[in-house]
Amino acid sequence: MSSETKAIEYSVQEEDPSGYTIVNMGPQHPSTHGVLRLILTLDGERVVRSEPDIGYLHTGIEKTAEVKTYQQALTLTDRMDYLAPLSNNLGYSLAVEKLLGIEIPERVSHIRVLLAELQRIASHMVWLGTSGLDAGAMSMFLYCFQEREIILDLFEAVSGVRMMTSYIQPGGLMADLNPGFLEAADKVLTELEGKVDMYYGLLEKNPIWMERTKGIGILTPEVARDFCITGPVARASGVDWDLRRDRPYSAYDDYEFTVPIRTQGDSYARYIVRMEEIEQSLKICRQALGKITPPGIGVPYRTDDRKIVPPPKYEIQYSMESLIHHFKLFTEGFTPPPGDVYQTVESPRGEVGFHMVSDGSNKPYRMRVRTPSFTNVQLIPELIQDLALADVVVILASIDFVLGDCDR
Amino acid sequence: MTTVSEEMRQLGYELSAQFADNFLGSREDRGELTLWVLPPVWREAARFLRDAGYNHLSDLTAVDYLDRDPRFDLMAIMASHVKCDFVRLKTVLGLGEPVDSLVPVWTGSNWFEREIYDLFGIEFQDHPDLKRILLPADYQGHPLRKDYPVTGPAGSRFR
Amino acid sequence: MELVTPGDGGEQQQQQQQQQMLYSSDSFFPPQGRTSGFGFVTTTLSKVVDLLGADKYIRLARKHSVWPALFGLACCAIEMMATSGSRFDISRFGAEVFRASPRQSDLMIVAGRVSIKMAPVLRQIYDQMPDPKWVISMGACASCGGVFNNYAIVQGVDKIVPVDVYVAGCPPTPEALITAFNMLQEKIEHGIPPGVSPAVAHAENPNLVRLDMASIAPYPG
Repeated sequence: MSSETKAIEYSVQEEDPSGYTIVNMGPQHPSTHGVLRLILTLDGERVVRSEPDIGYLHTGIEKTAEVKTYQQALTLTDRMDYLAPLSNNLGYSLAVEKLLGIEIPERVSHIRVLLAELQRIASHMVWLGTSGLDAGAMSMFLYCFQEREIILDLFEAVSGVRMMTSYIQPGGLMADLNPGFLEAADKVLTELEGKVDMYYGLLEKNPIWMERTKGIGILTPEVARDFCITGPVARASGVDWDLRRDRPYSAYDDYEFTVPIRTQGDSYARYIVRMEEIEQSLKICRQALGKITPPGIGVPYRTDDRKIVPPPKYEIQYSMESLIHHFKLFTEGFTPPPGDVYQTVESPRGEVGFHMVSDGSNKPYRMRVRTPSFTNVQLIPELIQDLALADVVVILASIDFVLGDCDR
Repeated sequence: MTTVSEEMRQLGYELSAQFADNFLGSREDRGELTLWVLPPVWREAARFLRDAGYNHLSDLTAVDYLDRDPRFDLMAIMASHVKCDFVRLKTVLGLGEPVDSLVPVWTGSNWFEREIYDLFGIEFQDHPDLKRILLPADYQGHPLRKDYPVTGPAGSRFR
Repeated sequence: MELVTPGDGGEQQQQQQQQQMLYSSDSFFPPQGRTSGFGFVTTTLSKVVDLLGADKYIRLARKHSVWPALFGLACCAIEMMATSGSRFDISRFGAEVFRASPRQSDLMIVAGRVSIKMAPVLRQIYDQMPDPKWVISMGACASCGGVFNNYAIVQGVDKIVPVDVYVAGCPPTPEALITAFNMLQEKIEHGIPPGVSPAVAHAENPNLVRLDMASIAPYPG
């Protein structure tokens, strides 16, 4: 290590630590799901004390967003929670639309719901694959990534990019759906629905998996509320809060779905909650497919307000007003009225909140992102107290945090 | 666009009854309610709102208004799972002015406050372990302040 | 690791430069004088290998068994994981296992943005890898800072470690990563020293082939 960086101050306990080993887990570690450093004090195999050290992926996104226009800052939001970029885009777009005070067409809301739920399935697939890999079931990784590939094919078809799509934009969507998209989505959903039982069967009754996850890392609802935990981790402990149902955004109140809740609060409960969420997401996607009208001339895919979204390119050739709007939007961008808003969405990890402050200029004065992984990683020392080192790996996998989301 | 319900407006009246001069006022904008208090009653106001049903701390952050005299705006957003609503509590701080930590009210605000200290330089009293969290331990400066350049200090060896 | 500057072509200068290089392209054991005690063994072995002309076969073996170290940092790590999945299988090119320990790997794929807190760790992991070792800088953030031109991100990982192949993209598709891997294999096959760019190595030793995208055979079909 270079002399310029000091080790983080880690205070030694009052009792004599002579029997204890202090071990550094990470930041480069196959099981920490990113660059998380856990400083563990071990008594043999048992964790006596732990301290997470984050910041190894701090990107300064909030500061960078202050020097970009609202449209440019959208691309930064993709890269925070990189397993669910469309969820972040959705949260940002809803926050900016709230700031602007505009309404978007209902069709756009349904398309956003479809994409957000597909993103949820893809994100849970990565979680399932890497959790299985960490616990030793290596083939889970290969199964899950194959399902994720067919969903990413859909995203690539609609936006050109597999992961960082920036497809959901303030004002609507980047472009309308492709002509064959709804049929392709139908095929993908049919394939996934046929495979849900297989995915349940792969791990649910596996005795090794049950042995490794049942009773491990129990989280009580009081501790969850105290630590401000949201998402599947909280729902597996009995905290009945899902933003899609309780504070509906983007037409979620038109959909019928149940929110899986468990009360045991251990890693197995978190696993079951996420598996059931995959099933519910498939149900929502099916309903959304029935509500989206196919693309065509005159079918809206964004708001009509020309001060926010650029006009269609052909209009510039004959309309002076369109030309001026186009020019203003691409050189300066739109300017929301001053004030601040807070918009939350339910990402696969939990509650993502965008607090946007506007001072009337074309750049956000402050973009604050409240990310679920930040609070969930804070919970780790509570959960791994007095457990074996092998259980630490399973608990980290079951919390499903993403360090890009945590450090921003 | 939703509007603020009368029940939520009651919160403003109750806070004003409880804290008298330390309650600065409330503001309703785009369907959201913001309540302003002065720093000495920050922790009591948060505890009051938590006991009034807003027991989920959604976010705790700060905003830097460089051209205003109490420069920082410290803000907590609290949600109620029962009423499915959220309220924003704000206070104003000058440069170098410390404020009470919310860790006795919610343990989860520990890291939120460390992040605010790291990026803004606001100090919290009674915080168990106030040190940098996102930047290296020996980093100089507080990047999210408005007078800190985006590209960092001149002469950084990483550029 | 010094970059070699091209000389004026004189014999003596070339030999001097060869001795100055930490790696000479003709012998791939660590150069003389670097490890005491083993010096005699390695110089004899390298003379035997040069005599037999086994250079080519050892490079061929190295090229087909490059094992990457796990250094996934951010979004590019997910595409790297997808590359090792069953659709874009990277193990058919020899990268069979992603070793968790840097001491057992040849290649470090820096996949993702490197923050200033992570930079010393990156260098430490690179130093822990045994020679010969290569680095692929995957993605825009690792190559040049990418989207993030700010206080927190290192503007290009080549400020910290010498890079062999840069991959553009945000994130690069798995096909792009496999193309970069193939370019690295070509580089190994032609004996270009690690960390040295092919253009510089070619200028220094004109016998080496000029490596560019045209030298990679197109995929069939």
